Amino acid sequence: MTPVTLVVVASLFGIGTYLVLARSFARVVIGLALISHGANLFIFTTSSRTGSAPIIENGTTGLTDPLPQALVLTAIVITFGVTAFLLALALRSFLLTGSDAVEDDIEDRRIARLGTPST
Amino acid sequence: MTWLVPTLVAGPILAAGLTLLMGRRLIPQRIVTLATVGSVFVMSATLLWSADTSGPIVVQLGAWEAPNGITLIVDRFSAIVLSVSTLMLAAVLLYAIFQLGKDAVDWWFHTKYLALTSGVVLSLVTGDLFNLFVGFEVMLVASYVLLTVRSGPNEIRATMSYVVINLIASALFLVLIAVTYGLFGTVNMADIASRMHELEDGTRTALSLLMLAVFGIKAALFPLFMWLPDSYPTAPTPVTAIFAGLLTKVGVFVIIRTQTLFFDSGGPSTLLLFVAGATMVFGVLGAIAQNDVKRILSFHIVSQIGYMIMGLGFLTVAGVAAAILYMSHHIIVKTGLFLVGGVVEREFGTGALDRTGGLLRSHPVVAAMFLPLAFSLAGLPPFSGFVAKLALVQEGVGLGLWAIVGVSLGVSLLTFYSMTKIWGAAFWGEAQESVDRAGIGMLTVVGLVVAASIGVAALAGPLIELSARAASELLDPTIYIDAVLGSSA
Repeated sequence: MTPVTLVVVASLFGIGTYLVLARSFARVVIGLALISHGANLFIFTTSSRTGSAPIIENGTTGLTDPLPQALVLTAIVITFGVTAFLLALALRSFLLTGSDAVEDDIEDRRIARLGTPST
Repeated sequence: MTWLVPTLVAGPILAAGLTLLMGRRLIPQRIVTLATVGSVFVMSATLLWSADTSGPIVVQLGAWEAPNGITLIVDRFSAIVLSVSTLMLAAVLLYAIFQLGKDAVDWWFHTKYLALTSGVVLSLVTGDLFNLFVGFEVMLVASYVLLTVRSGPNEIRATMSYVVINLIASALFLVLIAVTYGLFGTVNMADIASRMHELEDGTRTALSLLMLAVFGIKAALFPLFMWLPDSYPTAPTPVTAIFAGLLTKVGVFVIIRTQTLFFDSGGPSTLLLFVAGATMVFGVLGAIAQNDVKRILSFHIVSQIGYMIMGLGFLTVAGVAAAILYMSHHIIVKTGLFLVGGVVEREFGTGALDRTGGLLRSHPVVAAMFLPLAFSLAGLPPFSGFVAKLALVQEGVGLGLWAIVGVSLGVSLLTFYSMTKIWGAAFWGEAQESVDRAGIGMLTVVGLVVAASIGVAALAGPLIELSARAASELLDPTIYIDAVLGSSA
C-alpha cells in the first residue's frame, strides 16, 4: 500500500463519515457511496504487488494477485444495487414528506415531547 | 449426502426465480414456496442427523481444493441452527398463507421470502469469509424489500435507518475482509484459523474486536442495537416474526463461529461477558418503557441476545452448549410471540396497549398460546427458556462469575414484568371493540410453534447433550480445520 492510496482511503472514509452524519438524505447516500469506495479501494490495496495480467503461460512470473480484484468486483456490484435501492427510498420519502430530511424516529419524538415545557 | 449442502442454497434461489416467472398468480407461488421451504427443512434435519453421527459435511465447490475454492461446511452447530431456522421459516410461511386483511401478504412476498431463505442458509453453511459477506447481503437486500414493500411514511422512515446502518456494517465487513486477506492471503475460514497463531497478540486482538463490531451490528449487541427496535415493528406480522426469529441470530451464529474458531483464549472473556450483561440490561429497560406489543417484543430481542453472548463469553463446553440451546429455544419462542402479537393486532386493528383488552374472555385460545411463550421468554419452569437459562446460570455459578449471573437473573425478572404488562393490557382488562377475527388457520400455526417450544422443554435432556456435542466440536477448532483442509494440513 503506497502512502498515496493510504491517504485516499482515509479521506474517503473521513468525508463519507461526515456526510453520513448529515440531516439531508441525499448527503447520507453520497456519504455511504464514499465509504463503500474507501472499503473497496482498501481491499484492492491488499494485492500487495502490481504485475502483468494473471494468465499463466509457460512459466510467467511477476503476476498480479487476481483475487482482490474479484472480491472488489463483487463488492462493487452489491454496493451499486443497494445504493440504487437507497436512492429509490430517498425519492419515495421525498414524495411522501416533501422534504429531503431524515426524520426523527418514534423515540426521538417522544423524548422531544417530554422536553417541551407544558405551559 | 454432500449434494444436499449446495442444494440448500441453490434451491431457494432457483425457486425465487420461478415465482418471478409466475407473475401475480398467488396459488402456484404458494405451492412452489411451501414445497421449497419445506424440503429445505427436511434436508437440514437430514444434515443434522448426518453431522451428528458422522462428523462435519464438507463440500468444495467446483472441486477446487480448499483453500483455493469456496468451501461449504455443515457441522453440528450449523446443522442445529439450520434446522431450527428452516422450521420457523416454514411455520411463518404457513401463517402468511392463512393471514388475510390489513397485514396480508400478497404476490410480492414469496420471491423475497425465498431469497431471504437462501441468504440465511448460505450465511450458515459457508466456510469462506467473503462468501459469508455475499450471504449476508442476499439476506439483507431481501429484508430491505420486505420492510419497505408497503412503502407508507412509517415504513420508509424506519427502513432508512435500517439500510444505512447495514450499509455501514457491510463497508466495515469489507474492511475486515481486506485486513484478513492482507494478513493471511486467504479468506477461507479454516485456513485463517490454522494460521492465526502466526499473528502477534496486538494484531489478533484488533482483528477479534473488528469482527465483534461488524457482526455485533448484525446481532444487535450493546451498544450497536439502536437500529433494531425502530425498524422491525413497522413491517407486516409474518415479516417481523421471521426477522425477529432469524436475522439477529444469524449474526450471533457468526459471532460464536468466528470467536471460537479464530480466537482461542482459554478462559472466560471479560469483554464478551460485559457486552452480554449490558445488552441484557439495556434491552429489557427499553422494553419496559414501551407501550406497544410489537415494540416491547422488539426490545426483548436485544435483551435475549445478551444471554446467548453470555454463554459464549464463558468459553467452556457447558457455556457454549447453553448458548446453542438458548439460540434454538429463542428462535422458536420469539417467532411465536410475534405471531401472537400479530393475532392481537388483527383483533383490535392496533398493537397499542391502551386500545386492547379482554382477550382472555373473548379468545381463551390465544391467551393459552401466549402464556407458555411469555413464561418461556422470562425463563419460568417448566418451559424451554427455563432449561436454557438454568444451563447458563449453572455454568456461571460453577465458574464463580457472580456478577453476570446476578444481572441475568435480574433481567429475567424484568422480562417477566414486561410480559405481565402485555398480559394485563391485552388479555385482562375491559374488553375493547374487536375489529376483526383471526382465522383458525393462523391460530393453528401459532399452536404448532407453541408445541415446538414445549417440545424443546420436553426434550431438554437429549437437546442439551446434542448442544454439548456441538459445543465441544466448536471449542476444538482442529476438527473444523481438518475437515476443510484435510488432516495433512
